[in-house]
Amino acid sequence: MTTATIKPKNKIKRDRVFPIVNTCILILLCFITLYPVLNTVAYSFNDGMDALRGGIGIWPRKFSPDAYTSILNDPATYKAFGISVSKAVLTTLLNLFWTSMLAYALSRKEYVLRKFITIILVLTMYVNAGLIPNYLLVGKFLGLRNSYWVYIIPTMFSCFNMIVIRTYIGGLPDALVESAKIDGAGDLRAFFQIILPLCLPVLATVALFVAVGAWNSWFDTYLYNGSKKDLYSLQYLLKMKLATTQNQANAAQSSADALAATAASRVAPITVRAAITVVSAVPILVVYPFLQKYFVTGMALGSVKG
Amino acid sequence: MTTKVINTGALAPKKKKGFFRTLGGQYQLMIMSVPMLLYVLLFNYAPMWGWIIAFQEYKPELGLLGSKWVGWKNFEFLFSKQDFLLSIRNTFAMSLINLVFGTVSAILLALLLNEVRNRTFKRSVQTITYLPHFLSMVIVVGMAQNIFASNGSANDLLIGLGLVKEPVFFLGTGEYFWWLVGVINVWKEVGWGTIIYIAAMTSIDPSLYEAAAIDGAGRFQRILHVTLPGIKSTFMVLLIMNIGHLMEAGFEIQYLMRNGMVQKYSDTIDIMSLLYSFGSRPQYGRGVAAGMFKSIVGIVLLLGANKIAKVMDEETLI
Repeated sequence: MTTATIKPKNKIKRDRVFPIVNTCILILLCFITLYPVLNTVAYSFNDGMDALRGGIGIWPRKFSPDAYTSILNDPATYKAFGISVSKAVLTTLLNLFWTSMLAYALSRKEYVLRKFITIILVLTMYVNAGLIPNYLLVGKFLGLRNSYWVYIIPTMFSCFNMIVIRTYIGGLPDALVESAKIDGAGDLRAFFQIILPLCLPVLATVALFVAVGAWNSWFDTYLYNGSKKDLYSLQYLLKMKLATTQNQANAAQSSADALAATAASRVAPITVRAAITVVSAVPILVVYPFLQKYFVTGMALGSVKG
Repeated sequence: MTTKVINTGALAPKKKKGFFRTLGGQYQLMIMSVPMLLYVLLFNYAPMWGWIIAFQEYKPELGLLGSKWVGWKNFEFLFSKQDFLLSIRNTFAMSLINLVFGTVSAILLALLLNEVRNRTFKRSVQTITYLPHFLSMVIVVGMAQNIFASNGSANDLLIGLGLVKEPVFFLGTGEYFWWLVGVINVWKEVGWGTIIYIAAMTSIDPSLYEAAAIDGAGRFQRILHVTLPGIKSTFMVLLIMNIGHLMEAGFEIQYLMRNGMVQKYSDTIDIMSLLYSFGSRPQYGRGVAAGMFKSIVGIVLLLGANKIAKVMDEETLI
């Protein structure tokens, strides 16, 4: 950018050093970011007894697939995987449908309820009734305890996502809708036939946000379906493993008890936990790089203009 | 509301209509928006009726209207308890640490990325640093527990560098808890946080950099005098938004990482609310009172920040 400009000599020297230092810092940062992930993968492939000694870096010390065999032989894993996938898919579809339709309506400047509805929606980003009132509404009043639908019904709207889509629609030429209307189309038709197909990039962004949110949630299971094993999600399974390993670590500082327990079962909770972590992270790691170019623009649009 | 309607009517090229006539003509827009409005009223606003539980000795079997009214007793109880007062401190401390660490680290990384000229390298760094944002808190805490265990990698590194002799008991020392949460949050969100700053940086007029360079400004002077002023408005908007969220220290990370040894530092208002309500002897009234206190302080902070933004002539949120 500045190649054509004349610089004093010491500046030139500094400008050569900086990119190298910068590159080194960024590479180190990438390593710090990836290290815990690689560490977990290494643990998951390590022998259980050996893993309790700790000190594993990014490569298993004593290779063993036992942790994976143990979770893959457990029907609960498949059940939870199915629940997690289905709730992510269903939530995403419903959320996209309702949120994009709402975003279109609120992007129409002539809509008389526009301002009123927008204010009510935006306030939800800041005002929250709190845990217990929500729990009483969803669990008691709507009777969604011990039900699959508690994963779907309360999560159909997010104001932030609505703003992201609305901003995107606002950036499309107004003439698209106008000409459709002159041709006799109503707003519903204008939205579904003209605007919606153009929104695919932003819908991909929002789909990613919603799907990841649904995939990653565990507190809903804990709160509403804690006593219903059939409805456990993968993240909740992992959360329970987290609790057991931590309790063990606290109870047995010397980890002598843990050693004894592991010796009996051949797999240590710590490696099983690592294996479930890997299984529950893989779908996200596979999908997300492909959507990166969409969500970066979507995020920037929604946040700056929102 | 009505004046607004008359205005839009007057601006429209068609002849003036009444509010309800216009609305009737927009029934398709209503089909698209009213169901979600009702949904939000049910799921986000209706639960606020539950706040009356804060003034009751709520018994689920007696219901919302049948339970005994106790006035401010629940609040008096909370503010006489040291663990609740500590939870207020913890909430503020952790959200402040998150805010400061999070903002500073995101801006620093965005500045570094902004200086990278090789597009492939820049993109790779971005792809990698965005990644932890998408991992669930359960996964992240699981990883952190491995790394920060007494025989984990963090201690290996510290001992290897000769900084400590005995392993540091990161997970069981209360004083470390806030900073651990801060570090983990930075690890998880720093890359994601840069997106918005990088977007702001790319919208800075390149001629400003050229002009600065002609005037003899070096790289650091250009960052100081062109880039940083260029992202100021983004920074301010985010700051105001975050001040509105200052009561939100996060819930999952503290809940998943807490244990008996760090309680005094880990328990936030949210966790106290959960413990009161789902403890061995549930006291919903206290739980709701804690949550209500948090929400109201949050609203006050938001309105205050919004007011300050207005005075300073920055963009406001509401």
